[in-house]
Amino acid sequence: MSTLEFRGVGVRYGRFTAVDGVDLTVPDGSVTGLVGESGSGKSTLGRAAVGLAPVVAGQILVDGRDVGARPRRGPVQLVFQDPYASLDPRMPIGASVAEALPRPSRTAGVLRTGRDGPTARRGRAGRTDRAAEVARYLDLVGIDPARADQLPRALSGGQRQRVALARALAARPSVLVADEITSALDVSVQGAVLNLLRGLQRELGFAMLFISHNLAVVRYLADRVAVMDGGRLVESGPADQVLERPDHTLTRTLLSCVPTLDASVPGTRPQEPTTDTTAVEEAS
Amino acid sequence: MPSKPSSTRSARRTSAGPSSESFGHRLLDALRTPLGLAAVTAVAVLTLMAVLGPTLAGSAATRVDTGAIDQGGGSAHLFGTDGLGRDVAARVLVATRLTLELTLAATAIGLAGGLLLGLAPVVLGRRAGRLVTATVGVLVAFPGLLFVLVLATVFGAGSTGAVLSVGLALVPPAARLVQNLSASVATADYVAAARILGTGRFRLVTRHVLPNIAEPVTLFTAQSAAQILIAFSGLSFLGLGVQAPAYDWGRLLNEQLGRIYVNPLAALAPGLAVVLTGMVFTLVGEVIAQAGGRRAPHRAAASDPADEQAGTSSATPSSASASALDAGGGGDTATEDALLSVRDLRVTFPGGRTSVRGVSLSVAPGEAVGLVGESGSGKSLTALAVAGLAPHPARVAAGELRFRGVDPRSGSGLGTSLAMVFQDPMASLNPALRVGRQLAEVAEVHLGASRAQASARAVERLAWVRITSPERRARQRPHEYSGGMRQRAMIGMGLMGEPSLIVADEPTTALDVTVQRQVLDLLGEVRRDSGAALLLISHDIAVVAQVCQRVLVMYAGRVVEELPVADLAVRAAHPYTRALVGAVPTMGTDRNTALATIPGRPPEPGDRPRGCAFAPRCDRARDRCRTAEPVLTDQGEGRRVACWYPVTASSGPVQEARHTEEPPPGDADPSRHEAETLQDDARSVRDGGVR
Repeated sequence: MSTLEFRGVGVRYGRFTAVDGVDLTVPDGSVTGLVGESGSGKSTLGRAAVGLAPVVAGQILVDGRDVGARPRRGPVQLVFQDPYASLDPRMPIGASVAEALPRPSRTAGVLRTGRDGPTARRGRAGRTDRAAEVARYLDLVGIDPARADQLPRALSGGQRQRVALARALAARPSVLVADEITSALDVSVQGAVLNLLRGLQRELGFAMLFISHNLAVVRYLADRVAVMDGGRLVESGPADQVLERPDHTLTRTLLSCVPTLDASVPGTRPQEPTTDTTAVEEAS
Repeated sequence: MPSKPSSTRSARRTSAGPSSESFGHRLLDALRTPLGLAAVTAVAVLTLMAVLGPTLAGSAATRVDTGAIDQGGGSAHLFGTDGLGRDVAARVLVATRLTLELTLAATAIGLAGGLLLGLAPVVLGRRAGRLVTATVGVLVAFPGLLFVLVLATVFGAGSTGAVLSVGLALVPPAARLVQNLSASVATADYVAAARILGTGRFRLVTRHVLPNIAEPVTLFTAQSAAQILIAFSGLSFLGLGVQAPAYDWGRLLNEQLGRIYVNPLAALAPGLAVVLTGMVFTLVGEVIAQAGGRRAPHRAAASDPADEQAGTSSATPSSASASALDAGGGGDTATEDALLSVRDLRVTFPGGRTSVRGVSLSVAPGEAVGLVGESGSGKSLTALAVAGLAPHPARVAAGELRFRGVDPRSGSGLGTSLAMVFQDPMASLNPALRVGRQLAEVAEVHLGASRAQASARAVERLAWVRITSPERRARQRPHEYSGGMRQRAMIGMGLMGEPSLIVADEPTTALDVTVQRQVLDLLGEVRRDSGAALLLISHDIAVVAQVCQRVLVMYAGRVVEELPVADLAVRAAHPYTRALVGAVPTMGTDRNTALATIPGRPPEPGDRPRGCAFAPRCDRARDRCRTAEPVLTDQGEGRRVACWYPVTASSGPVQEARHTEEPPPGDADPSRHEAETLQDDARSVRDGGVR
């Protein structure tokens, strides 16, 4: 499999610098969590890896080879944040996944233009193969392959995100970028998508850049954690180290902001306002 | 990019019913309406006229009869005869084919040119694309009629010239439309996804852009055809179009108009043909628009009498639950001194979908209550109904609905005593108005403050919600605010009066964790400082736990559990509540086990199972759960639960429920187990989906 490497990457939109000199390595077969507040440039960095953001400085390498600055079929695939926007509303989900499958080779395409019988049969066989591949990927993400001809609007948010994941995997990426893939979903659905993603990553062994603003989610998936602030990388390292002994104040802030039900953690819940404290606060 | 508002999410979810078929299906539906039938009939008649006209009436149209020159309408000649004694009716009929041919040819030219120019920016690089866009911009600025006349002069008189000129005149507006539509499609995530999958530019256009702009473009084309028919007839009328001996309706009009006072019928006939055919084109466009428009087929506003009675009928199980609630009495729901008191609230939509089924809740003055549930559980509708803001076709019924002792539905107006904070502050603030002005308006309208007083108060309130340099910020517009600041401004707007209740509907779902924390802290502070009560709605039980004292968990339109926040982590009794708690990953979640998930999906409002609505997704469900719906019963200590087999305190903390998916001891291969739970999860989702 492959390693994704950012070397001094800078991204600029007009005069606005979204990402500034980021060096980050996503090692082979592991998950790197990328966290930061909104506007920190974490999503932009992820999009840059697939050529969807204008890289003005540095290099993005997969196994030492530059991925190029334009969106094209490359070794990196991206799963988008919003599953309601990332699937073509007029395209059956099976066709969306099929689009990601490798194209039949060029010679086959030329042959198919011929009029003789055998090639026509071969074309049909190719279609059956592709349908089987689509079914395999849908099954992989837990969507009934029989639903392949349904439109995205027949699916719930979590199911759509599964289809988006199937599409990205069908392109056989060596690196997967997951950009806030659960933040548009209900918490109850989030768990299932995270379980799925973690299982697939372990099974297929691709390197993954997992972008999120929620450290608890990142912690669950990531082997390494990188923290961005204002377009710069402020901290990175093994997940345990960054999360248990954070160096940067932002990391500590992000840690303290994770919503929790555990009342024993100090400062996680405001004190119950008794009449007394209210009176004191009004006085102060 | 902020996440999608959940209101849209649930709206889209509900639209994903069986009514959401393809465009083809919806077109078929639209064709069955009276309008659609009329369009089909009219098109059929026109087609027959065009195809058979020349064969049937060809000879009559060209036969010169010197004995019957310039006759009026009558039995021999329906619309009379022309200067050479030819039958006008026959000539109008024969002209149908040529007129339609030329109109459709011109429309085709215009559409093709429009698509070509309009899609060019998607296919071409950035610079060439900009050049095309600018060119179209200049061409659109050129008056259409002038364009036609100039082109007609350039190409010279004759039908070819006229077709070209009318067709080319359509190109700029068509190109502009296609450009605008395709530009928005081209920036969509699914197009970006296709690009990183290596889909070529032309494939991108045919597979993704064209299907997604097809409906509005088709509608535009149908309407343009009507205009082109008029334009073309105009050109022929002026002598720039079809030349003798050929003739279309415009030319016939030209020939007959001179004698309109002598033989009005002969002059009016071709004009009438133009007008009627133009209407047919528009009709076709209208039908396509109806099929293309996302609006649901207009069902008869089902005024189901059962719905209306539901709220008051005493035999319904929900009323039983309400009385059980009253009987239970105790705890903090002494409705006498409650600020907000709701009993047996029902929100019903036409067609019998009941989204909220007998919710009872009360909020004491100064109390913070959380309302938790998945999308579609009815939590937002409950809050909106309480605030008197239930969306249009919804019908709200309640055994009791009192806010500060008054029914908010009575029209007395909630004024400034209830503040509402919505999920998407960008949508709830007016982007054209300065933030300070929007806040000030509240004081002017509701408190009768002068403009200066109101402005001062607005600045003061912005400072209260921790917006730095409030004077400067008050003069800014919402787009200059960050997401968190907009939400603060919304809270500030609610504080312009002296609210006794703040209803916050998913106020932090579009925000990242740090801003979420700030907004939640602010809500807590505001509550302490103002003494207002808070009703906080969220899909994330952990968010509610940050600021609330008491939590109500909703599922499928009902409250299934109510408990103090402190009990959430360990003493939740309803399996659904425990599942929600377990689904939130925390900094202490075991990384080596799968996250707890809730298999399946919530039932659609029209399709709820018999018995407990959660039973199909519940691993504790037994036969009784599938036949009888449990009512909310008091458990003491301010706790209520609607479950036949609640988890008792002796069942252990929630963490244990979460660890049911842990690999059994001795299982050396956790990943294999992982794959199994994955499969289970997948299967349950599938089952849920198929249902």
